[in-house]
Amino acid sequence: MKSKHIPHRLLVAAALFTGFSVALTGCAGSSNGSETEASDRVSQAEIDKAMSTETTITYWANVPGLQEYVDRFEEKYPAITVNLEEVADRSVKLRTALDAGTGAPDVAQIDIQGVPSYIVNGDLLDLRPYGAEELGPDYVDWAFEQMKGAGGEVFALPWDSGPVGMLWREDLLAEAGIDGVPTTWEEFAADAETYKAETGQYLGVFGAETFNVLFWQKGLQPFSYDGAETVGIDVNSDEATAIGAYWQDLISRDLIATDPGFTDQWFQGLNTGKYASVFSAAWLPLFIQEPLADTVGKWSVTELPQWEGEAAASGNYGGSANAVLATSENPIPAYELVKFISHEQENAKSFAINQSLFPVLKSVLADADWSGKTDEFFGGQAINEVFAEISSTVDPDWQWLPFNDAFNTSLGDDVGSQVEVGGDIVAGLNAWQETLTSFALENGFTIR
Amino acid sequence: MTTTTMSTSSSPALRMMRLRPRSAQERSKIRAAYMLLAPFLILFLCLIILPLGFTLYLSLYTEPLIGPVRFVGFDNYVRALTDPVFLAGLGRVLLILFVQVPIMMGLALLLALSVDSGRVRGAKAVRLLVFLPYAVPGVVAALMWGYIYGPDFGPVSQIGRALGFGSINLLAPENVLGSIMNIITWSFVGYNMIVFYAALRSIPPEVIEAADIDGAGAIRIAWSVKLPALRPAILLVTVFSIIGSFQVFAEPSLLQVLAPSSIDSGFTPNLYIYNLAFAFVNNNYAAAVSFLVGAIIVVIAYAVQLTSSRAARR
Repeated sequence: MKSKHIPHRLLVAAALFTGFSVALTGCAGSSNGSETEASDRVSQAEIDKAMSTETTITYWANVPGLQEYVDRFEEKYPAITVNLEEVADRSVKLRTALDAGTGAPDVAQIDIQGVPSYIVNGDLLDLRPYGAEELGPDYVDWAFEQMKGAGGEVFALPWDSGPVGMLWREDLLAEAGIDGVPTTWEEFAADAETYKAETGQYLGVFGAETFNVLFWQKGLQPFSYDGAETVGIDVNSDEATAIGAYWQDLISRDLIATDPGFTDQWFQGLNTGKYASVFSAAWLPLFIQEPLADTVGKWSVTELPQWEGEAAASGNYGGSANAVLATSENPIPAYELVKFISHEQENAKSFAINQSLFPVLKSVLADADWSGKTDEFFGGQAINEVFAEISSTVDPDWQWLPFNDAFNTSLGDDVGSQVEVGGDIVAGLNAWQETLTSFALENGFTIR
Repeated sequence: MTTTTMSTSSSPALRMMRLRPRSAQERSKIRAAYMLLAPFLILFLCLIILPLGFTLYLSLYTEPLIGPVRFVGFDNYVRALTDPVFLAGLGRVLLILFVQVPIMMGLALLLALSVDSGRVRGAKAVRLLVFLPYAVPGVVAALMWGYIYGPDFGPVSQIGRALGFGSINLLAPENVLGSIMNIITWSFVGYNMIVFYAALRSIPPEVIEAADIDGAGAIRIAWSVKLPALRPAILLVTVFSIIGSFQVFAEPSLLQVLAPSSIDSGFTPNLYIYNLAFAFVNNNYAAAVSFLVGAIIVVIAYAVQLTSSRAARR
């Protein structure tokens, strides 16, 4: 049915279409991160000049009480203004800002586990020209190693960590007739059986995320990334599946609980004595003081049970680092902020004592004031000392994969779904291997 | 609702009316009309058309972590149609559509008819109480029900234990979909009841009186007089429910923390799209899946409307 209106509508449609095409071609092509050259050292003169020029930098981090440290930085360098933004859902917002090419901050707090995921996209600035490499020996080895890139670049400075030990209710163990905390996994399994038989409750609680720590403790290298295009993935090796089978056995005999961590159920379980132990990174005590108010003074910290005949070892869970984004237009003040927050001795000690950020600087770990601090919740035990000792047993060769969110989500989907009575963890590990491998190949990585 | 005839103005007189030259007054009226529409059109263009267009564009490419952006045509769509995770999620929302929606609509109808019959005391209070859950934000509702369903400390389990049934795990893999359906029903039955009630209120009272005089009981009146009059409202509610069922996201997303072994990252299509984009950093595949889901919703909703209008004409 022809009328004068049809050609008009066609024109409008054509205009819209050409408008799209023009707009969308502008969006084509990925934004590649700026190239980090192994450039020459920035001179002291340049640093001084930059730090006395009026600049504003943005910092995304979520640590209570951080503002006062930022204020002190601004006092030290009056020309620099720092906009501290406590951004919730930091990794999602950071990824979005970096993909869009605008809106990213100058400095950001990044999970240690997530650092390679930013390295792969070229999102982080190499800090060697500003003197970061010299700071290496001040940090615990394993933490500094995880900041490095393929060519030895230093992409971030570690800020805090989470070496993993175990929290015990020794009073509950004594009630069940178990003499002392199990020190080997073999003992742990036997005690789990005894404990269930005597009390009907669980010796401990387990979640799939703990597998990373257990693999790390065993000295396995299930994940590797060379900083460029090659990854190694081996989560269903014989040793890994043996660990999986160990926990499958305990869970299927209903000797270990599988309530998901940090849920109401889990906190209540800890508070009511449903579980006699729990895996604990060094930062966990801070989170459980309030919810577990009924059990003050009854907990103690020990290192993880070890495999019989093997040297003391543990892994790390959590922890963060500070990095300068490659898109930053003020790299020198940004680096100085990173150094001030993550390396300055006074600040590090204060973070450790006041914010309970577990230190990564050797000097703070050795500090008697901090390590000798006793905790009423743990019946007067100096827990920092225990965790500091554990920190020294963390293997420095461990690596993470450069796609952290996919890693965590697929861990939950494939292995987490099997951590329940009647599940098959070994099958889960095989499925996880498959998921990670196909994700890596799909994304252009070479599998070693 | 009766369909207005839009495409049948084929009479020559009307055509002549459109083709004849316009007076200045008429032209200024037409200009004013477009100007009043302009704000909406601009927002519509910027917030709906452009993002849709960009999503379509994204779905035709792929951007791996290593390597350049590549044009892949319909590969992402083909992959979605053979993706077991996507298909399982689609299956679940179809189950929600065919199980939960009829139950909820039946309940809403029953409530609306009862309240309207005038035989329920405190009808206003009933209406308010049933509608209250709709006012509770979806996130709050999911968190609240997550607590209620808790196997150790949730009220359901506690009552179950008190009555001797033992702990009932309503978040176990075999139960979690039913539990989610329950949350959705609880949230929306009030809203649907109000829609039906409003439609019932608009039935001319003479019709009801006439049926009453003819000797029809309350149930007969409900079945033969009120229900047919509710057909447009039922159609409206059905279409909204279809769209809503396909978009279930908040409940599985929030309950996943409590029951990670029951709810995976692809539990429903929307949850899958979200995780594809933000966890699996695959915006392109996520875009393709979203378009596919959108297309399915449009087809089903249109089919429902078509069958209904055909049935109405018969």
